[in-house]
Amino acid sequence: MTTAAAVELRHLDNLWIQVSGTRCNIECRHCFNNSGLHETTFGLMTVEAVTRAIADAAARGVREIYFTGGEPFLHAQLLEMVACALTVAPTTVLTNGMLISDRIAETLADLAIAARYSLEVRVSLDGYTEQMNDAIRGRGVFRLALAGAVRLARRNLLPIITIVRTWDEADELAMLAGFTRALRDAGCDRPRIKVLPALPLGRELTRIAGLQRDECVTTAMLDGYDQDLLMCSNSRLVTDRGVWVCPLLVEQPDARLGTTLDGVERSYELRHQTCVACWRYGTICGNVSAHIEGPDITPVPEAR
Amino acid sequence: MTGRAGGAGRAGGAGRAGGAGSAGQTRFALIGGIYSNWRALEDALSDIARRQVDATFCLGDLGAFGPFPDRVFPLLQQAGVLCLQGNYDNSLAGGLADCQCGYTDPRDNHFARLSYDYTFRNTSRAHKAWLGTLPMSRRLDVNGTRLLLCHGSSRKINEFLWESTSPDGFLTYLLDEAGADVLCVTHTGIKWRRDLGDGRHVINVGALGRPENDGTPRVWYALLTIGDSVDVEFIPIQYDHEALAADMDAERLPGEFIETILSGWWTTCLEVLPQKERARGRF
Repeated sequence: MTTAAAVELRHLDNLWIQVSGTRCNIECRHCFNNSGLHETTFGLMTVEAVTRAIADAAARGVREIYFTGGEPFLHAQLLEMVACALTVAPTTVLTNGMLISDRIAETLADLAIAARYSLEVRVSLDGYTEQMNDAIRGRGVFRLALAGAVRLARRNLLPIITIVRTWDEADELAMLAGFTRALRDAGCDRPRIKVLPALPLGRELTRIAGLQRDECVTTAMLDGYDQDLLMCSNSRLVTDRGVWVCPLLVEQPDARLGTTLDGVERSYELRHQTCVACWRYGTICGNVSAHIEGPDITPVPEAR
Repeated sequence: MTGRAGGAGRAGGAGRAGGAGSAGQTRFALIGGIYSNWRALEDALSDIARRQVDATFCLGDLGAFGPFPDRVFPLLQQAGVLCLQGNYDNSLAGGLADCQCGYTDPRDNHFARLSYDYTFRNTSRAHKAWLGTLPMSRRLDVNGTRLLLCHGSSRKINEFLWESTSPDGFLTYLLDEAGADVLCVTHTGIKWRRDLGDGRHVINVGALGRPENDGTPRVWYALLTIGDSVDVEFIPIQYDHEALAADMDAERLPGEFIETILSGWWTTCLEVLPQKERARGRF
C-alpha cells in the first residue's frame, strides 16, 4: 500500500482568506471549489474574523496575504479589510474583475499608493476573445472582466491577468501572444500574465477525463524535492468554517486543521490528487510561481 | 563560512583596515549584482578605495546580462573583495541549465536564456571553479552586532526580498531564525533599507550591474557603518554606460539589454517585479 508523505508548516509565509466563501456571481466550468451564484458551502467572513486572522498572522511574521472566494468583491466590506491587511503585509485580491467599477478602481489605486506594501489585483480571464472566455466563464463575462482590468491599469494599478491553461502546451506561445495583444488593445499597456495549470478539482473533475483517482504524494516523491514549493509548507487558509491546509483542499474535510491559526503547524498527509498537482507544478497559487525554488542556504548561527 | 570583523580581527578587503571614520566605527562597502558590468565595477572600486573602508563584500551574481564576463574576476580579486555566491554564480559553477531566477513568462525566459548561455560560454573554466569555492553566506560580529551577508535571503539563495513585499514582521522572523541583527542582501537589483526599530536592520545593497529601473543610467552600492548605531549610505556610480553599451553591442547581446543600460528602464525580467516596483518603471 502506498503511504502519503506528511508535510508540516515551516512558516506561515502566506495567509489566504476565503473572504466571500464560495459565493460568486458566475459559475466557471473549471472552478476548483465549485463557487457559484447559490453556493453557500462556505459563507461570508465577518470583518472581526478577518481582522483577527490578519493580526494572528502578523504576529507570526506573515509574508503575504491573499483574499479569495468565491468573488471577494461580493463582500461589502472588502476594501476595509484590504486596507487592514496592507498595514501588515503585501496583499493580493483574486477576482473575476466584473465588479470593479470606477469607484472601486479609484479606491484600490489610492490604497495601493498609500500603502507601504504592494497591493496586487489578480483578474481571471480564460480566453482573449469573448467567444473563448465566455465558453468557460459564462456569457457576458469577458466584456465586464476586461473593463475591470482596464479601469485598474489606467490608474497604474497593473492587474495580474490570471489564466487557467485550457490549451495544449504546444499552443502556449500563440495563446500568450493573443492575450497580450488583446489586453494592449483594450488599454492594459503593460500586461502581467500568470498561467495556472488546470487542477483536478471541483467542476474541472467533470470536465476532464482520464485521471488516476488514487494518486498521492509519497515519501519517495519528496526525496530531494524542495518542500518550500508545496503550499502546505508555507500557507494556511482561513474561512468562516475554520482553518484549512491550503485553498485547494477546501472541500476536503480532513484538511480542516482547527478554528483559529493556533496549532495549525501540525503536519498534513498529502493524500489527494490536488497535492500531486501542487507537487508537480510547485507554488501554483502565489503571485510568482517559483520564486523560492533554489539552493537552501539556511546558515547556522555562529556559536557565541 | 564565518568571518569576524571589527577590532583586531578585521576581515580585510578593498579598503585599508582601521580607517573607517570615527574611532570605534567599522565601515564596510557592500556591492552586489555585478552582472558582468566591469566598467561600473571598476569605478565603484575606485570610489570605495577613496572612502577608507574596513572591508568590501560582494553579495554575488558576478555574471549575467553584460559583456566579457571574465573581466570582473581580476578586478574583484585584485581589490581583495570578499565574495559570496549568488544564484547565477551557483548555476555557472555547477553547470546548471539556467540561472535559477524562476521565470515562468516565456519572454523573460527567452532573455534569461540568452543571458545565461552567453555568460556560461564566456566564463572561463577557472573562474567557474572559483565561483564554486565561494561561500553562500558570511557572518560577522562587529563589536556585538551580528551581521549576516547573503545573496537572496537568509533562507534561500534566490528568494527575492523586494522593499514592497518584505513586511516588517517577516523580516523580524528572518532575523530571529538567522540569529542576526543586520541582514544584507542583493538579488533584486533595487536597493532599500529597513530599520526595524529594535536595533535591527535589513539592507538590500542594490546592484552595480544595471540601473534600478528609475530612468537614469546610474548604479548603486552601499556603505554600512557600525558604531553606536547602524548607518547606511547608498552611493550612486555614474560610469561610462555608453562604452558598456558599445561593448554589449560588439558582443551582440540583445538590444533590450543595451536599452536598459542606456535608458535606466528595465525591459526584461519584469515578471518578478511586485506592483509597486513595476508601476514605477516604464515597461
